[in-house]
Amino acid sequence: MHVFDKENFDAQVLSSSELVLVDFWSPKCEPCKELMPEIEALAEKYGDKMKFGKVDVSQNRRLSIGQKVLGLPTIVFYRNGEKVAEMSKDFTAEDVEAKINELLKINT
Amino acid sequence: MTKEIWDILIVGGGPAGLTAGIYGARSKLKTLILEKGRPGGQAATTEEMENYPGFGRGATGPSIMKAMQEHAEDFGVIIEKETAVDLDLDGEIKIVRTKKGKEFYGKTVILCPGANPRSLGIKGEKKFVGKGVSYCATCDADFYEDLDVIVVGNGDAAIEEAIYLTKFAEKVTVIVIHDEGILDANKASQEKAFANPKIHFIWNSVLEEIKGDGIVESVVIKNLKTGEITDMETNGVFFFVGYVPNTEFLRGKIDLNDQGYIIVNEKMETSVPGVYAAGDANQKYLRQVVTAAADGAIAAFAADKYLAEEENFKMQVLNAQGTVLVAFWSPQKEESIEAVSLLEQNVNQLANTKLVKIDLYRNHLVANRYNVESIPAVLVFENGEVINRLKGSISQEVLRELAAGRATV
Repeated sequence: MHVFDKENFDAQVLSSSELVLVDFWSPKCEPCKELMPEIEALAEKYGDKMKFGKVDVSQNRRLSIGQKVLGLPTIVFYRNGEKVAEMSKDFTAEDVEAKINELLKINT
Repeated sequence: MTKEIWDILIVGGGPAGLTAGIYGARSKLKTLILEKGRPGGQAATTEEMENYPGFGRGATGPSIMKAMQEHAEDFGVIIEKETAVDLDLDGEIKIVRTKKGKEFYGKTVILCPGANPRSLGIKGEKKFVGKGVSYCATCDADFYEDLDVIVVGNGDAAIEEAIYLTKFAEKVTVIVIHDEGILDANKASQEKAFANPKIHFIWNSVLEEIKGDGIVESVVIKNLKTGEITDMETNGVFFFVGYVPNTEFLRGKIDLNDQGYIIVNEKMETSVPGVYAAGDANQKYLRQVVTAAADGAIAAFAADKYLAEEENFKMQVLNAQGTVLVAFWSPQKEESIEAVSLLEQNVNQLANTKLVKIDLYRNHLVANRYNVESIPAVLVFENGEVINRLKGSISQEVLRELAAGRATV
């Protein structure tokens, strides 16, 4: 899983034509830490079809607020610089995987 | 595939489930906890926790819950990451089905599903979740460094989290439905909040609406006394307005009250034998980590006793050779003591027959299962089946009939 931050977010996420999953998290957010291993497992499984990365909001507050992310855990999918899907608070790794499959299907 | 059957199958790994696990595993029972996320429950997302006995000032929810989890695992509790979605509790072996489609089997089940913060359903609330509307201060406080936030609610959680938020936010405004100076929170937290220069209160008021373009920008506040409506700019809204129990999946399986809380007795027994419940999802007076832990201990202890009684009944009665007379008695009921003693004196005159006594006060489960409503009562078992029932006092005559195998009710 990539680590995105204020330095590389434009190049790695917003300029990517590939589908990108961004996991917004923070070290204080327990639900985020619960979810992280499952998102990492999804990155293993789908890593050859799309890009996965995480943003530590405690280090990248402006970037996160700039992306209109103000609550954790939040997962945002980007493609060609556009947000194509977003999930916040009440969702599970199963929901994320379903969304990945849905978005990858649109691609092909 | 052989199915693994657990002595105690616990649904939910918050303080209630973990404590039930500790008690179960220490009694050498095979104990499994199914937890949908990270163990620790709501307590793991509560930063300040200074009221758990033995852990004083500066203690945090995550650290206490981590200690509890390690304690449970140290005694051999297995924790699996699974979300329970359906149950089958009627059989001798109870089944819990999970979101991943797996089935788990338990001789007893302890339900500790907990509760979640309530949403009020205010206009804009749902739309701005993750966009400035939050129910978890530890998750989201980082975003609000030097910004303004609003807290809705005035109980323990609301006031304690408002204090926590002042470590980040510039200004924390608490919207309180009560008259000036009245908070539902505990006195210690009230005093801290009133003394904190970053905390402001708006009394007699409720939130009407949350507005913004993509993210929260302002709220509409209504004064209940004057009817006055005010717009106020803010960057975030934190809701701490009570909880709803996570018991939707239990509806129709066990008895719940009108609010959806699980109805239990003092042994944490639910309406289904062998199924117990503990923690915040129970109908109870005080929902705290310490009371959840207490419930968990009681539930595990009761489950242990249930297992012993079931095992004993199976061995002595259901799987026994010949005829078994099961006599129900109670030390409080003179008549039943006499009946039991008469049987004890005479049982060896009956061919291939033994006597099993059941103290109704200590074991009501077997009595309920066989619809024994009054004592003295005797059930006559052969090959695990009831072939005869005797009610009322036992006379020599009845004994003679029993011996002849033709006693009737």
